[in-house]
Amino acid sequence: MTTEHEPNGLIGASLKRVEDPPLITGKGCYVDDINLPGMLHLAFQRSPYPHAKILSIDVGKAKTMPGVEAVITGNDISEKLNLSSSQVLPKMKIPPHPVLARGAVHCVGAPVAAVVAKTRAQAEDAANSIDVEYEALPGVSNAEAALEPGAPLAREEIDGNICYTMVKNGGDVDKAFAIADHIFTMHIASPRQVALAMEPRGIVASPDPFGKNLTLWLSTQGPHRARAEIANTLGFPEHKIHLIAPDVGGGFGSKGPVYREDIVACHLALKLRKPIKWVATRSEDFITTIQGRDQAMTSEMALRKDGKILGLKVKVVANLGAYLHSSTAGPPQRMLGMACGSYQIKDCRVEIVAVFTNTCPTGPYRGAGRPESVLNIERLLDKAAAVLGMDRLEIRRKNFIQPDQFPYTTGTGVEYDSGDYEKPLREALKMSNYDDLLRQRDERRKRGELVGVGFSTFVEPSGGAGFESGTVRVERTGEITVLTGSSSHGQGHETSWAQIAAELMKTSMDHVTILHGDTHVSQQGTGTFGSRSAVVGGGALAIAAERVIEKGKRIAAHLVEAAPEDLVQSDGGFAVKGVPDKTISWRQIAGAAYSGRVPEGMEIGLQETAFFDPKREAWGFGTHVALVSIDRDTGKFTIERLVLVDDCGVVINPMIVEGQIHGGVAQGLGEAMREQMLYSDDGQVQTGTFMNYAIMRAADMPPMILGETITPNPFNPLGVKGVGECGTNGAPPSVANALMDALAPLGIEHVDMPYTAPKLWALIRNAERKN
Amino acid sequence: MFPASFAYVAARSVEEALELMVKHGEEGKLLAGGHSLIPAMKLRLQSPRTLIDLGTVPGLRGVRVDGDHLVIGALTVHTDVASSELVRKHLLGLADATSVIGDIQVRNRGTIGGSVAHADPAADLPVILTALNASFTVQSLSGSRSIAVDDFFTDFFTTAMNSDEILTEIHVPIPATGTGSAYAKLPHPASGYVVVSAGALIARQASGSCTAARVAIGGLGTGPLRAVATELELQGKPLTPQIIAAAAAKAAEETEPVEDSYAGVEYKCHVATVYARKAIEAAVERVKS
Ligand SMILES: Cc1cc2nc3c(=O)[nH]c(=O)nc-3n(C[C@H](O)[C@H](O)[C@H](O)COP(=O)(O)OP(=O)(O)OC[C@H]3O[C@@H](n4cnc5c(N)ncnc54)[C@H](O)[C@@H]3O)c2cc1C
Repeated sequence: MTTEHEPNGLIGASLKRVEDPPLITGKGCYVDDINLPGMLHLAFQRSPYPHAKILSIDVGKAKTMPGVEAVITGNDISEKLNLSSSQVLPKMKIPPHPVLARGAVHCVGAPVAAVVAKTRAQAEDAANSIDVEYEALPGVSNAEAALEPGAPLAREEIDGNICYTMVKNGGDVDKAFAIADHIFTMHIASPRQVALAMEPRGIVASPDPFGKNLTLWLSTQGPHRARAEIANTLGFPEHKIHLIAPDVGGGFGSKGPVYREDIVACHLALKLRKPIKWVATRSEDFITTIQGRDQAMTSEMALRKDGKILGLKVKVVANLGAYLHSSTAGPPQRMLGMACGSYQIKDCRVEIVAVFTNTCPTGPYRGAGRPESVLNIERLLDKAAAVLGMDRLEIRRKNFIQPDQFPYTTGTGVEYDSGDYEKPLREALKMSNYDDLLRQRDERRKRGELVGVGFSTFVEPSGGAGFESGTVRVERTGEITVLTGSSSHGQGHETSWAQIAAELMKTSMDHVTILHGDTHVSQQGTGTFGSRSAVVGGGALAIAAERVIEKGKRIAAHLVEAAPEDLVQSDGGFAVKGVPDKTISWRQIAGAAYSGRVPEGMEIGLQETAFFDPKREAWGFGTHVALVSIDRDTGKFTIERLVLVDDCGVVINPMIVEGQIHGGVAQGLGEAMREQMLYSDDGQVQTGTFMNYAIMRAADMPPMILGETITPNPFNPLGVKGVGECGTNGAPPSVANALMDALAPLGIEHVDMPYTAPKLWALIRNAERKN
Repeated sequence: MFPASFAYVAARSVEEALELMVKHGEEGKLLAGGHSLIPAMKLRLQSPRTLIDLGTVPGLRGVRVDGDHLVIGALTVHTDVASSELVRKHLLGLADATSVIGDIQVRNRGTIGGSVAHADPAADLPVILTALNASFTVQSLSGSRSIAVDDFFTDFFTTAMNSDEILTEIHVPIPATGTGSAYAKLPHPASGYVVVSAGALIARQASGSCTAARVAIGGLGTGPLRAVATELELQGKPLTPQIIAAAAAKAAEETEPVEDSYAGVEYKCHVATVYARKAIEAAVERVKS
């Protein structure tokens, strides 16, 4: 960036979030807080079966119940009301995903009938009274089991259970394996997690009296994308839909796609010409909102005896669940770009097999394929060290991509933009007192304790998925309004964006208003996911601000009859170089801009819009170090120390970045220690409530020690990289490596997450019996 | 997450509640703190047509001494039990158990009588009340009777109370001097309810040997179980760590726990011995002080 101004220190300041006071005092406005005159309520009857044929649906009673205005089943609506994958791959199988089941259900919770009534209670009661006769069909819940010959068909409409396969080859992997001194294999299955945003999904759909326009309040991460998907599915003109994301209580990836209930609500609102609200109950949210992870990775690594990694083969079997949402197909493909982690491995092959099962659909969940990829390569590195009898640090350092190799193209053809992996590693070793940790571990081991130290030295891509937009407008008053296509659902855009705008425009944050989350307010947008907001949305904002500053400077120069080159930014506007007293404020400039006192040929007004597409992802990196112990008596697993050093480039608001890391670590440790959505073999839900799904809670968190290194992103106007997912990407593998280190003296080589006490206890006991 | 519709009646006396129970029969349900009943109704596992609220009945709350017993009103909320001076003086084991139930909101609403009447196999209070040898006063229109704890919990969510009876009081013998009680719990990581737990009441002579022991285990059966083998093993023996460990090792004998999505049978039996040891050790520790 080439602005000639001194930074005023807002970028990089730990400022309290301006959006918090209403949110933490219960004054937020979420979808469920939207109440419109005459609004009706929607409720669903859902499948209790993982897989079944629908023999009959009796809605007779429901139709006569008090307050009921409409009852529909899949047969009452067009087949076109069907959701699908946004990505269509060659030979991909795309079975129907009707918004209400047609003839069969393929997972528990699939909606079979919908009821609209005057009150929510009436709608729920009527939905509950609908009698559905099913014929149970065999089901399958595990993706690897679904690939076995003779496995039940999850989707009877297609042949086999495979949705798609992909293979990517880099270099000459066969040769690498042929010349290797050592080859080993590893199998890792990552547990399925539930996103569990604090606010469940919900929508209010309100048509105009003629059904020509539709206003939607939707709990979504990407208003514009959701609008496009809804418009496409309904066959309704996109520009006639006004979609508002009010306060959104978390998403973690799960509120990216559009869901069946959203389409049913829109369809019925248009049909009845009345506003309709639907908000998921926690029970509904648990079993119908896309879930994350659930990938099995089988890997083979080829090593030279000096520690050089020669080749890598990874096969991912990914569980997509029963239906394809727009984003379901995506996460497993992360392995294509990330299999090799931070290491120079040119000869590699990655294969993806994406599988249908009779479970809730999966999709992006904080990390979205990154956590699985990082876990895989970081476990492989530890295992490689063990195979060679080499130090775990040494093998990493030996294979790291070096700072002078960037931009670095990996074996699978992905370009890493920039990095310096040794930097956070060194910092993390220092902060964790690594040598001392090892000493402690060894002493405690002598006393019979099970103690382990582990780390991960990871990379993570951020800021992908195309463009983001930003508009900067100087109002007549000289105050600044920013419109962003990137919409916050907890990330603190209203604070960070104001910091960026105020710093670039040299004004105070109070003079900046951030508008987002409304398709009629901000121009097109992509949304908030994949750690992209600051990188892409922040970038667009910076570019738009630069353009406004350029124009403002020319107007200011015109006003003082100086050359633009003679002006510099000063507090609140511009000053004439060398004459600091001679200032022109944004208010004066705006006054001129809107009254036409602008240079000859210049358009009036003071607003600029930028669409920024970085065209490459920003690869953040870091090192996480963990010290763990296991209680032999009960199997209880404790993380005693966790040091997290992340490099996300320039930091806009350190407090918000820390919050992102804390939250990500909580969800990552949830995966490592406690959380797993379990299904019976045929797909019956076993952990569909907080009574049995052990979400990570504040009191369960270990203390975290955060550190940072800053390597500015050379390809970004602000120098930033994403940070939202480093907690889920980097922390679990460090804990996994520490746990396996703790168990190594017992000869235990592998255990899958989550590391629950009963699981660890059984493992230790079996190992001790053998020894 | 939305209950079926129901009517609500606030009872003004035990008699009125009993009459309402007769009137509504199967379709009526007593409401105490509502912290087991209402979640079940929201999941539509239960759909009573009428709730008969006991919360409005005077005289069912509080802890008092009656001779050599503590008497706890059935409507006393967990927080009040845990913080009662009398309970803290005489029945530390009960204070332990009541303080590890759910979270503060649950403890401020849930009642001792509701927990006992509900007879959840993963609940805390049935276990410690078994160790403390409590008895339960239940009342019907035809009078009242007392049921000993060992006869009370008959099956999963089932007690020896008849459907026309209300639990009004919990009687707990005040332990003699030289006795200590304690409760130890392994909570489920999701629900916070019991995976396994143990309650112990141990009497020790000045010489250091055990004169009486009641040890109860939760999580291994349809309700609380007496760890009879453990009790026998302690009887008359010096309460050394070795003896306690050996006794605790028998805590899961002759039990038939069932596997669930969190833990298997072998694990439950093993941790029962660990928690039995913790509870006995803590109870013995309290004799000293
Ligand atoms: C989030 C949460 C966490 C919890 N965690 C725990 C835990 O860790 N450990 C634990 O033990 N419990 C736990 N509980 C349960 C809690 O202790 C309940 O409050 C208790 O089990 C029931 O008491 P209640 O007063 O709420 O009874 P209610 O829910 O009102 O009633 C329960 C049942 O007992 C009947 N009943 C109530 N009172 C009487 C009476 N006097 N006579 C006859 N029948 C009666 C009712 O009809 C109903 O069938 C938890 C509850 C919640 C919501």
